[in-house]
Amino acid sequence: MSIRYALLGFLSEQPKYGHQLRQEFEERTSDVWPLNVGQVYTTLQRLERDGLIESDEADSEGPQKRFRITATGAEELARWLNKPIDLTVPPRDELVIKVLVALELPNVDVRDVLQVHRRYIVELMQQWTRLKEDEGQYDLSLALVVDAELFRLDAVIRWLDAVDGRLKRMSLAPRATGVEHPVLRRRLAVRR
Amino acid sequence: MSLLELHEISKTYGAGPTEVHAVADINLEVDRGSLVAIMGPSGSGKSTLLTIAGSLEEPTSGEVFIDGVSLQKMSHNDKAKLRRRTVGYVFQEFNLLAGLTAAENVSLPLELDGIRARKARAAGIAVLEELGLADRASRYPDELSGGERQRVAIARAVIGGRHLLLADEPSGALDQANSEAVMRMLLTACKKDVAAVVVTHDAQLASWADRVVFLRDGRVVDHTIPPPSPESLLQSPPQR
Repeated sequence: MSIRYALLGFLSEQPKYGHQLRQEFEERTSDVWPLNVGQVYTTLQRLERDGLIESDEADSEGPQKRFRITATGAEELARWLNKPIDLTVPPRDELVIKVLVALELPNVDVRDVLQVHRRYIVELMQQWTRLKEDEGQYDLSLALVVDAELFRLDAVIRWLDAVDGRLKRMSLAPRATGVEHPVLRRRLAVRR
Repeated sequence: MSLLELHEISKTYGAGPTEVHAVADINLEVDRGSLVAIMGPSGSGKSTLLTIAGSLEEPTSGEVFIDGVSLQKMSHNDKAKLRRRTVGYVFQEFNLLAGLTAAENVSLPLELDGIRARKARAAGIAVLEELGLADRASRYPDELSGGERQRVAIARAVIGGRHLLLADEPSGALDQANSEAVMRMLLTACKKDVAAVVVTHDAQLASWADRVVFLRDGRVVDHTIPPPSPESLLQSPPQR
């Protein structure tokens, strides 16, 4: 979905050819999300079908078409930029499910499951940080993409730490006997 | 030979039923030129480990070697000299003296070690220059931002060719841009033949290190393997 709007954004500067748009997408996202030619042309066809861009007729010199944004396309781009992205529905997070499953299994130490993931994520973060260390000082778009990944991965680490903390507090808390725990009345229902 | 070597380090506080094992059976080696992060939650023994590595505290058992020399066999005075000449500390609170300029703060350890003020000051300015802080040399701490104060504290920690830099949550109170500047500076210091150990609970901070060691309940439970070249991220972007 965001490729569609990224291409609209690039076309709002001036008319461009398809191959140029692909190159620009990769450059501006610092090659972090490679794009194949097919994706670019399919997206351009759909944008044209929806009246958001229009193309020159193929000239006799070559098969390449040049695309430009329409007034409707410019409006659509402005609407997209200012509309908050949908974060209301929590993703079905495999790691959360994994930890919930591990908690129920008698022969599994959840802390080991947490640590396997913590190490893997920190190793990934080391790689992203190395990228920022080497080139991020000079390349703003690369630094922004790397920061986004680092904050996303950091959030997972914080959650793992929170799980560790809760497990520790619960294991230290004296167990009440003969006391019924209050039942959670409201179930958390998540739309899918 | 690694600059810092910890062999089977344990530290116990109290005795009998109140006995607490702060750290247990820790082995760690840190080479010159490398930055190691020790990561773990509060109470996992990170700070204890750092104070033992810097000879501020004695281990209950085990042995610390700095530059191949065992601290166990050293006299009290020799240890104090080693701390002055070889070990630099960086804490979350920058601990700069308010009445001294950045250059004076940085050169203070040399003056305390008996080096003449003029020579010490020249060394202070030189290290600030090396670490990209020359234009801050004559500023007082209250004229510096939080990030700049911490960078001055790092310069103070490595002045006079000190080779072991120990940092406890060095960017704890800083925003992301300043944390990054502090970590870049730590790496720059490492490239000048310094071995650095940073303890932190912050994964973003730890990810600047060459190696991350994980502590849990006073024990090393895991460590990262050296990261492959970052190019691998670009050739095969993480699946989402």
